[in-house]
Amino acid sequence: MYRARNIAAACALLAAAALPSLAAAQTAEVIHWWTSGGESAAVKQIAQAYRGAGGVWIDTAIAGGDQARAVTLNRIVGGNPPTAAQFNTSKQFLDVIEQGMLNNVDEVARKESWDTLLPAPIINVIKVKGHYYAVPLNIHMQAWIWYSQAAFKKAGITREPANMDELFAALDKLKAAGIVPLAHGGQSWQETILFSSILSNLGGKDLYLSVLRDRDQRAINSDAFKKVLLAFKRMQSYVDAGSPGRNWNDATAMLISGKGGVQIMGDWAKGEFTAARQVAGQQFGCMPGLGPNAPYLIQGDVFVFPKTTNPDAVKAQKLLASVIVAPATQLAFSKLKGSIPVRTDVDASQLDACAQKGMAAMKDKARQVGVTEVYLTPDQNGAIQDVLTAYWNTGMSVDKAQKNFAAALKN
Amino acid sequence: MLARRFRTLTPFAALLPMALTVIVAYIGTALWTLRVSLTSSRTFASDNFVGLAQYERLFDNERWMLSLHNLAIYGLLFVVACIVIGFLLAVFIDQNVTGEGVLRTVFLYPYAMSFVATGLVWQWMLTPGNGIEQAVRLLGFPNFQFDWIIDQDMAIYTVVIATVWQASGLVMAMLLAGLRGIDPEIWKAARLDGIPAWRVYSSIVLPMLGPTLATVFLLLSTAVIKLYDAVVAMTQGGPGTASEVPAKFIMDHLFLRSNIGLASAGAIVLLVPVLALLAPYAYARSRKGQA
Repeated sequence: MYRARNIAAACALLAAAALPSLAAAQTAEVIHWWTSGGESAAVKQIAQAYRGAGGVWIDTAIAGGDQARAVTLNRIVGGNPPTAAQFNTSKQFLDVIEQGMLNNVDEVARKESWDTLLPAPIINVIKVKGHYYAVPLNIHMQAWIWYSQAAFKKAGITREPANMDELFAALDKLKAAGIVPLAHGGQSWQETILFSSILSNLGGKDLYLSVLRDRDQRAINSDAFKKVLLAFKRMQSYVDAGSPGRNWNDATAMLISGKGGVQIMGDWAKGEFTAARQVAGQQFGCMPGLGPNAPYLIQGDVFVFPKTTNPDAVKAQKLLASVIVAPATQLAFSKLKGSIPVRTDVDASQLDACAQKGMAAMKDKARQVGVTEVYLTPDQNGAIQDVLTAYWNTGMSVDKAQKNFAAALKN
Repeated sequence: MLARRFRTLTPFAALLPMALTVIVAYIGTALWTLRVSLTSSRTFASDNFVGLAQYERLFDNERWMLSLHNLAIYGLLFVVACIVIGFLLAVFIDQNVTGEGVLRTVFLYPYAMSFVATGLVWQWMLTPGNGIEQAVRLLGFPNFQFDWIIDQDMAIYTVVIATVWQASGLVMAMLLAGLRGIDPEIWKAARLDGIPAWRVYSSIVLPMLGPTLATVFLLLSTAVIKLYDAVVAMTQGGPGTASEVPAKFIMDHLFLRSNIGLASAGAIVLLVPVLALLAPYAYARSRKGQA
């Protein structure tokens, strides 16, 4: 018995020693933070596609985006980088690019003509000084407007609000019907989402871009922006007392039970409705914005490829990059993740009703803008988050909020 | 000759690993942090020195100032409440009550829990509509309201409640050990003179517990400075920024906001009160050693 085990162990050791030389050509260690049920099912689709293309996928899943990114950065600095690592479609990895620590993926980008294929906000963060440094996987839209059909019916709202005034009117009706008009999770990141939604829907695309992308102090100090801040604060009169600190999924549960009327939250909320066996268009509704021309706020996930001179690792990185952008992988991943593919040339009919609405909105390039993180550094983004959550939760005057917002984006 | 030299060197050799740890891991990293705080470092440490710009930005930051303010309120209440409750519990147990072993365990038990678990449990208990509020309402007070955890002005006090609940048991255990170390003859003498018990405690026992109290104070103070996990578990610094604390500010800027320059400046500022607390203590100890 013992001997058998020893022989087995020796064989395993031999195999382990032999393995790198056999499989090194296409071995990819990938760090990501997709650990929940739906997410890990989605990432398995990429792993399968990569294996199908002849590669060996080593999965390093780390719970929590912050932790995963910290591990990636530490390993890059420590000289033992993974083959590929997940980041959000944002400026999170700009410093890594500027330090020259990432391999570019220009070859894949040229072959797939990303310059014309990809939405501008995504190119904005992955193309630095003429080179592409990340492969986009999917698009999330963080400011979907969800509503409960039952609540709307009870309040006598017959059609979807198409502008800010109609939204406020609908919220008033919900309040009169004894329903919590706005199911809001009072955490600072959720307040930033709510604010982004109002800035884009009320302020419009031009103001949105000049405030967040250009950080134009004149635009921030304008009356138009003040109106946005006032509308944001007005939303606070529609939340219930238990809102502070609430998790987003608990807010979604309020819509599912009909206790709440409207929630503004990312497309990941869809998973909650699905888990409760609710169907879009029947028990709940989804709108990517108010009216047919509302900006579509793009965020998502990308993979970066840390710099390495090992030719085998570079080969693996190139193979993985081409697998990720392949239409079949994009579709299979987003179907399970609840996002939409970055490319518009895929068969949208396989996606759910809300995702199809999103795909349709994405077709209009004029509607595409990025979320705050696409234009701001993590530091600046955090600074406006602090201002917004303080303004939302305290009696801070609108003038003070406007002043603080301007100061947060000054440098 | 050789043997004697060996004997004199042995203690130093034994101390070397700890000395190296202190010099490299504590002092070395503190100096490194100081250096980073003087640069414009973002995700990575850089060599671009900007003088005190990070400190200027830090003290211009409303959230940081609020964090310091919260820390002052929290620190004062937490230390005082822990010592008072811990001392009363210790005195109570020192009366030779029956079931002392059980009670001691019960009071010390919360300390065995992590701050995160403590924070989560108290968050559930304090959430309006659940926990305490609901329990009291069911007891027949339908209008009872206890919503501190979502109240701008009261949120920081809920953190005090939860952490005092956790830490006062430890204070009790340490003070109880101190009380047990007091010579029974003193009690006999006091009883002979007809001095009431409270007077003995306040005028004789408490002064004798001085060194123990100093240790307790130091332990609690460091717990105040590093307060982070309980806040994250209970309020995440909210509602809004109402219960933010400096350690959370530093962690956020270190990892979420990729600004290690500003985070390091915050860490250095936090080091100052620690040194201010530690210096007189170390000085008193060294004076005592000489005398």
